[in-house]
Amino acid sequence: MIESNRAAPPATSPRRRSVRQREALHGYVFMAPAILGLLLFTLGPVIASLALSFTDYGLLTDPEWVGLENYRDMIGEELFWQALRVSTTYSLVSVPLGLVAGLGLAVLLNRRMRGVTLFRSIYYLPTVISGVGVAMLWRWLFNAEFGIINVLLGFIGIEGPAWLTNERWALPALIITSLWGVGSTTLIFLAGLQGIPGELYEAAEMDGAGQLRQFRHITLPLISHVTFFNLVLGIIGALQVFTDAFVITRGGPNHATLFLALYLYNHAFKYLNMGYAAAIAWVMFIIVMLLTLLVFRSSALWVFYEQERQGKNA
Amino acid sequence: MTTQRFRPPWWRSRRGQDALTTAAVRLVLSAGAVIILLPFFWMISTSLKQPAEVYLSPPIWIPSPPQFENYVTALTRVRFHIYALNTAIIVSTVMLGTMLSCSFAAYGFARLRAPGRDLIFMLVLATLMLPGAVTLVPTYLMFNAIGWINTFLPLIVPAYFGSAFFIFMLRQFYLTIPVELEEAARIDGAGVYRIWWSIIVPLSRPVLATVAVFTFVGTYNDFFNPLIYLSRDEQRTIAVALSYFSGSPRIGPQMHLMMAAVAASIVPPMVLFLGAQRYFVRGIVLSGIKG
Repeated sequence: MIESNRAAPPATSPRRRSVRQREALHGYVFMAPAILGLLLFTLGPVIASLALSFTDYGLLTDPEWVGLENYRDMIGEELFWQALRVSTTYSLVSVPLGLVAGLGLAVLLNRRMRGVTLFRSIYYLPTVISGVGVAMLWRWLFNAEFGIINVLLGFIGIEGPAWLTNERWALPALIITSLWGVGSTTLIFLAGLQGIPGELYEAAEMDGAGQLRQFRHITLPLISHVTFFNLVLGIIGALQVFTDAFVITRGGPNHATLFLALYLYNHAFKYLNMGYAAAIAWVMFIIVMLLTLLVFRSSALWVFYEQERQGKNA
Repeated sequence: MTTQRFRPPWWRSRRGQDALTTAAVRLVLSAGAVIILLPFFWMISTSLKQPAEVYLSPPIWIPSPPQFENYVTALTRVRFHIYALNTAIIVSTVMLGTMLSCSFAAYGFARLRAPGRDLIFMLVLATLMLPGAVTLVPTYLMFNAIGWINTFLPLIVPAYFGSAFFIFMLRQFYLTIPVELEEAARIDGAGVYRIWWSIIVPLSRPVLATVAVFTFVGTYNDFFNPLIYLSRDEQRTIAVALSYFSGSPRIGPQMHLMMAAVAASIVPPMVLFLGAQRYFVRGIVLSGIKG
């Protein structure tokens, strides 16, 4: 066997081409699940969703082509603007707060000291058990009279608001909930911090740079690609918040926490306006794309890549 | 020259400064840890109270005697065993499908030269940026058209078609495996599928474990998909069943039972996390650095 293989003709003959073709064929077989998944569960539905958004479709009758009517309706719909406001406000507050808290914690958790792994586990724990159970738990924590948050606020002499039934405080409550899950952002930052070579800090220290200047001139630039990653993920995640809003506040009170995803859910599965729901989805998609594009574009200004550094050193 | 060597007080010395900073860091982290753990404490505390102790101000922190039977009551008043069984079926089949399909596809993307391969890979990666909402309505309609609503299939079948992030993770790992290993196997007469199954898959066990733990957590905690695809009570997963407890006259108004159910529901991911922490950390490291 081995002998005959060794005696195989050198690489230029037609044999070689057929070997290549065979490899390509096997390659497609291996890629097949991913390609099929891409077509069936992503590309196909994305296009179908665009087509549906131009129709009036209530599940029971056939879809009827209505052109841009769904989009026109949306512009005139007060609740759509409310949902857009809620999602935007939430993203604008929770994403930057999450980044700052995540990076801050990561810097602290990066310190070499005893017990630091225990701290890392504790901070990561909430993200492992996120979901309905945690949402129900927060509903109890935010209880106006007997929830632990207002009880603790009471100890320091503050009368806490009726968080979940108060229009002004329901959204902040959900933002606080989201900050509890800052652990995954933190650990991603931590991984980035651990990739920064220690010599850089040693050199800076020799030059007399203090902790703050080291953070500003070494840590921040060298971690900027991780910040970028967390920012993009954060925006995409924040615009899709559903479970917390659905379980904790049900979009209320008076639509104060009507997130876009909840608005979409209501139209798709409560009122069975499939066409309109598809249009909402596409608007969300366009917003996410524009924001991601904006972040990508701006990244040239503030994201520092390894190659650049090597290039400059060379 | 006999200059007196200046000795700074210990807190100005390098070691002193270090010790002080460590103490400060530890203090801040401990305060944060208390905030993180407090909700858990409050949950357990509530779950062990008598009904009359729940709504008290100032509150009772540590109920005595603890009412452990609350857990029994909460889990037997509803058909929790059925929800647990449903969840187990869905989670295990989704895990199997994700590990198989992602590893299979990732090997193709990592090793086998085929025209268009990298373009397809980029497309698969691009789906990571796609908000799930965009595909939601047509996907639902598709499953509706083939009669899969109120079955587990819409939750399970897509897992057998790969998942972008895990394909990416596994591919990165496969690129680090020395080609010589596969070449040796090929000389011994093994085909690509054999090589994948008996060399690549065993070698990637640690990465597959990472895929497994993240898939477990994601599927176990998934609320949206079971919510829209399953409507019968006997099909509910733990996540969906929990959300109905608040409206159920058997559990809902009784916060101590509610919290017992919640506490019970977070046991599986919690145990997994404590037992397999390094796999979680590995996944995060991979996702962060390569991003």
